[in-house]
Amino acid sequence: MRLVTTIVMDGTVFAAVLFLISVGLTLVFGVLRILNVAHGGLYAFGAFTATSLAVWLLGTGANPYLSYLMLLLAPVVVGVIAGPLIERVFLQRVYGRAEAIQVLLTFSIFLILDDLMKLIWGTKPLFVSEPYTLLGEFSLSGIRYSWYQVLLIAVAIVFGGILVWVVRGTHIGKIAISVINDREISQAIGINVNRIYMGSFTLGVFCAALGGALIAPTIAVAPGFAVDATVLAFAVIAIGGMGNLEGAALGALMVGLLRATAVHLLPEADLVVIYLAMIVVLVVRPQGLLGQLELRRI
Amino acid sequence: MDATRLPLGPTVIGGAFLLIVPFVLPDWMKFIVTLAMAKFVAVLAVALFLRANQVTFGSAMFYAVGAYTVGFSVKWFHFGDMVVLLPVGALLGAGMAALVGLVMSRYREVFFAMLNLAFSMMLYGVLLKLYWLTGGTDGLGVGVPKFLGYVPPREYLRDFLYYTTLGVAGIVIYVVYRFLASPLGFYLRALGDNEIRIEYSGESVRHVMYVTYIVSGALGGVSGVLAAFTVGHIVPEYSFWIQSGDFVFVALLGGYASVLGPLIGSIAFEFIRTYASKYFPNEWQMTLGIIMLAIILFRPGGLWAIYESLASRFRRRSSEVPGA
Repeated sequence: MRLVTTIVMDGTVFAAVLFLISVGLTLVFGVLRILNVAHGGLYAFGAFTATSLAVWLLGTGANPYLSYLMLLLAPVVVGVIAGPLIERVFLQRVYGRAEAIQVLLTFSIFLILDDLMKLIWGTKPLFVSEPYTLLGEFSLSGIRYSWYQVLLIAVAIVFGGILVWVVRGTHIGKIAISVINDREISQAIGINVNRIYMGSFTLGVFCAALGGALIAPTIAVAPGFAVDATVLAFAVIAIGGMGNLEGAALGALMVGLLRATAVHLLPEADLVVIYLAMIVVLVVRPQGLLGQLELRRI
Repeated sequence: MDATRLPLGPTVIGGAFLLIVPFVLPDWMKFIVTLAMAKFVAVLAVALFLRANQVTFGSAMFYAVGAYTVGFSVKWFHFGDMVVLLPVGALLGAGMAALVGLVMSRYREVFFAMLNLAFSMMLYGVLLKLYWLTGGTDGLGVGVPKFLGYVPPREYLRDFLYYTTLGVAGIVIYVVYRFLASPLGFYLRALGDNEIRIEYSGESVRHVMYVTYIVSGALGGVSGVLAAFTVGHIVPEYSFWIQSGDFVFVALLGGYASVLGPLIGSIAFEFIRTYASKYFPNEWQMTLGIIMLAIILFRPGGLWAIYESLASRFRRRSSEVPGA
């Protein structure tokens, strides 16, 4: 019983973080039809920015509760700077070119970001644990958990809800859906497609950086965790269905619980299990669990 | 550029150059060129798929299969004959590809790229975690290779490795060029443009993908065997995503539209890396990224396209009547 509680709790916390990362990736893929390999790099950028902002703030002797504000400010900074920059300068040059070229382009951006991080923040790990410890702990069937982990789950649920509402319930969301379905027709009826592309990409970057900023207080932020994030996020959205918001949630929950189970029962296989799940899903249902089959346009 | 015809001039000149050059090269350069030619074989496998507009971020998986073929053979059977292990590595690489390819031949583009990544990272995880079998991060030593039972004297070992690798690279160039000149090779090029046309003309797209995948697996296996003996030590990083990324980078750098482009790219890459890790070790990936961006945006044909445009300009100029 205790083991089950641990697995469910660990898995759900991990799933919340996974969801925050992968929802941005699925959003960008849904609108731009480009798999952004640099997504993991932007996630790491969010973590670094949040940590150094929080460290700076706490160094000034301000109220430690303000560090939560820094965790929210960091993804905004990263999103507003990196989003339009990458989309306008690089991505818009390869729209309509072969998918191989698009993937390679984002891959080279990923490589550049990876070293840029080392240049800006060095190679030593950074810590900021205040946001984590401030909230205190509680115990569940004899094991202690931090309230911060519960906060992560809450943020993931609320943020996911807001995203679904924006896409399904607002005017701008309906415009985005129209662009997804047919770019040319949307342009013909007067939609500024370029702006939708830029906006969606910026939102995607924001999501990645938010995931990074929120995970930052629970880990030591060091270079090298960017690529894991890209691959994990891809596994999540491939399982759930690419371009599908609810799919990202379902995929994140599956991957999170699977990994927690593996970590507690068979630690050697913690990564293998995730890739195996992805391969099984793709073999049985290539479009993902919640994905819809796409008509092939000729 | 018509890759179904091997450009005779550059092939003969380049081949002759590579045959003679070890006599003047210092040992460390000989090592770099040998390693470059070994990896070139794996790069060709990536280039095959790039011709069909498919990227793979997992080609290092077969490279690792080849390398660990050598590692296990030395560890378990104390058998390290390079000439025998080369076809064994090719066979095991092809066999692994025949298994993985059953799944992979159904996917294209993003899915193809990332599923390959997933498979290769699974292999990496296994190689890393099964310490008792693979030595984990310590890797496995390979020792001095034999050549059909003959153990070369120590001072000539580098030359033996060099000429064996050169010979294998030559054979591989011929085989790949034959493959590209076959009907299947033409279908492979068409795959990136219009799959439905391939089906209409009576060929199965899956079949084209599957056969190419097996060929790429064999190439990766050969490359791994060559590299394992050249370096003398193997680690799980042979299957890591960075290795696959390097292969893709080299294919782009050299130009994947030709068979010789990747060879030039591979040699250039090993030299760039040697100097880059000496002068700016922390900006190495960034350098790669920037060069790759520049190639994608401005010179999609890579180094080979630069050579071609220079060659054709030279030809045009020399055919003009002087003073006319």
